[in-house]
This record gives sequence, C-alpha cells and structure tokens, in this order.
Amino acid sequence: MTRLVRRRYLALKIDSEESLEHKAVSDAIWSAVLRLFGEVGASQAGLFMVRSDTQKGHIVLRCWHKALPMVRAAIASITIIGGKPAAVHVLRVSGTLKALSRKSGSIVGKEGSAHGNVNSHFRKPMKNSPIDMMKK
Amino acid sequence: MRFVDLCLCAPWTNLEQAKRLIAKSAELGYSQIGVPLPATIREEAVSQMRQISEENGLDFVTRLDLAPKSPDELLAGLRRFRSKFEVLAAICNSKVMARQAAKDRRVDLLCFRSLDPRKRFFDRAEAELASASGAALEICLAQMLSSLEVNLSVGFFSRLRREASIAKSFRVPIVFSSGASEPLLLRKPQDYAALSLLFDVDASCALEALSVNPAGVVERNRRKQSSDYVAPGVRVVKEARGR
Repeated sequence: MTRLVRRRYLALKIDSEESLEHKAVSDAIWSAVLRLFGEVGASQAGLFMVRSDTQKGHIVLRCWHKALPMVRAAIASITIIGGKPAAVHVLRVSGTLKALSRKSGSIVGKEGSAHGNVNSHFRKPMKNSPIDMMKK
Repeated sequence: MRFVDLCLCAPWTNLEQAKRLIAKSAELGYSQIGVPLPATIREEAVSQMRQISEENGLDFVTRLDLAPKSPDELLAGLRRFRSKFEVLAAICNSKVMARQAAKDRRVDLLCFRSLDPRKRFFDRAEAELASASGAALEICLAQMLSSLEVNLSVGFFSRLRREASIAKSFRVPIVFSSGASEPLLLRKPQDYAALSLLFDVDASCALEALSVNPAGVVERNRRKQSSDYVAPGVRVVKEARGR
C-alpha cells in the first residue's frame, strides 16, 4: 500500500564553535521556515525532529517530500542559533530512516535520541508510528 | 559535478584563517576557489595561498576586484591588471560604472554589492551590453544571508528575482559565489542551490551557476593567458620550422 504523503528524512550537521541546546536548534529551524515561508508554508512542511544529538551536532529531521526544497532553503539560511553564530549543513536526504542510517552511518545511529516530546514546536510522534516500530 | 566558488574572501594576510576557510571549502565539496586579492600583491603571497589550496585538493584561481570611481579609472585598471589575474570582477557602485563594465570584453564578472535595490543597476540595458561582451552576473550568497539577518530581505529578494529573470532572458550567465569571509558563512553547493529558490532560480540553473558558468569563465581566461593563444578561436598548434 502506498502512503498518501511521502516523506523525506534529512541528516543535518550543526557547525558551531560553541555547544548549543536542543531547544535553541529547533527554535532556529522553526523560525527560519516561518520567516521565509510564513505560517502557511510552515504548516505545509510537516517538520518533525526525529533524532537529535546536539553535543555532536547531529540532527535527523523529517519533512514532507514536496516541502523539501523549502526546508533546505530555510536550513541554509540559518546563521545564528541561540544568539551564537552557527551554520547547519544537510549531509544526506533519504526517503526512509533505514536508508538514511545506511547512507550516513553513525549520524543516525543508536547514540542519537528521539526528542519529539521535548519541544512543543515539533509534533509529538504518533503511537506505533513507523519510527517507533523501527526502534522495536 | 565540479563546483566552483569564485569569491572566497580568504584573508591573505592571516594565513591561519585562510587555511581554515579553504579547508572548510574543500570539506563542503568545492573543487576550485577564486580568492579576491589586492592588485599589488607579491608573487610569494600568491604562491602561499596556492600551496594551501593544493594541500586541500583545490584548484586556486587568482581574482581581482576592481571598484573604480570613474570609467577612466576602470579602463586604466583593466589595461594594467587584466593579464595578471585569472578572473577580473568589476564592482559597480554607480550606473555609469556599471555600463562601462558591461560593455568591456575584459570584465568577467559584474558585481552589485549594495543591499539597497536602488543601487543595483542590472537592468535590461545592462544585460544587453553584458550579453554582447560575455560578462557574467555574480550573486554573492553571503550577502543574501546577511540581508536576512538585518531584515532587508523583501526588497532585496524582489530585486534579485528581477535580475535573475533579466539575465535569463538576455542569456547572461549567472555565477553564484559565497563571498564568505568566515567558515560559518559557507554552505554546500546544494544548499546554495536550495537558497536560490528564494529568488525563483530553478535547481538546475542554480547548479550551473555554481559549476559550469564559473568554470567556463576560468577556463576561457586560462586559455587566453596561455602562450599559444592568438585570438578568439585561433591558437598556435605547431610552430613552423625556419623558412
């Protein structure tokens, strides 16, 4: 059965000289999307932070397939996170989390943790979502 | 695809920072970088920069930015420095300057550095001249990122959109360059291509503006500077033996 909405998973790398908090990173991504594309655009992006390891600067973000160019543009436009100069680079983009972990190895690996319930900006993961099933 | 960044503002006086910037550029996937240098730079400084680039697996391109105040000053600069640098960019701060730069075949890149839309002079007349002379329009993306920081982006994006559309209709090649002076302002070529969505340049054109177009400018000038070049389309293949 095909899914109605196709998704894209992005492996991101945060480049900053100082350590950043998870909330600051998610705020920066969210405000970049809002600033460039407005609330309607942001609502069409389907953004969700799947995994985040801000100590290592690795993030896995999910968005809807059609919103990928928009999300990439917003991510590239980030220059400041939490008041500190920073840059976010897209390392890989994939259609499934499994393929993304195969392509980018440890970035999506087990050391990362899901943060769906930490920040109210990102939707909570659904029960029995494909990601939860994959973790099992 | 070989990606080229023709405006990496690596400071030649601070080699440590230049090293970091060049290493970052290599890490992000560029294979050729152009560094704006002062007109009076010594040969040793250029070789040092070239060496740093080669250590990082990058092809180094010398570039001179001319920012003259009058057309005469531009012509004098072109006459004096054209053969010494591989890429020559004219920074157009006035309309008269922009017109003179666009009609001169020795100018490779037309740069408009102002964030104020009224001080960017790339209109249809300028594009027609540039199209005839073979000059390319350079868009510095670090400038765009800084416009987002200071909330000047509405007028600036609108102007960039217009410039890109005029360039396309007159077949003036567009060159995207980073214009970055710090590693944190550098982005991957694919990220720059994504940013071009903001001024309605499609992804394939954006990737060309980061690879084929700037590489073409460098290749054309290197060919011209080689010893066997005679005129456009004419080069020495083999020298005749004595009569």
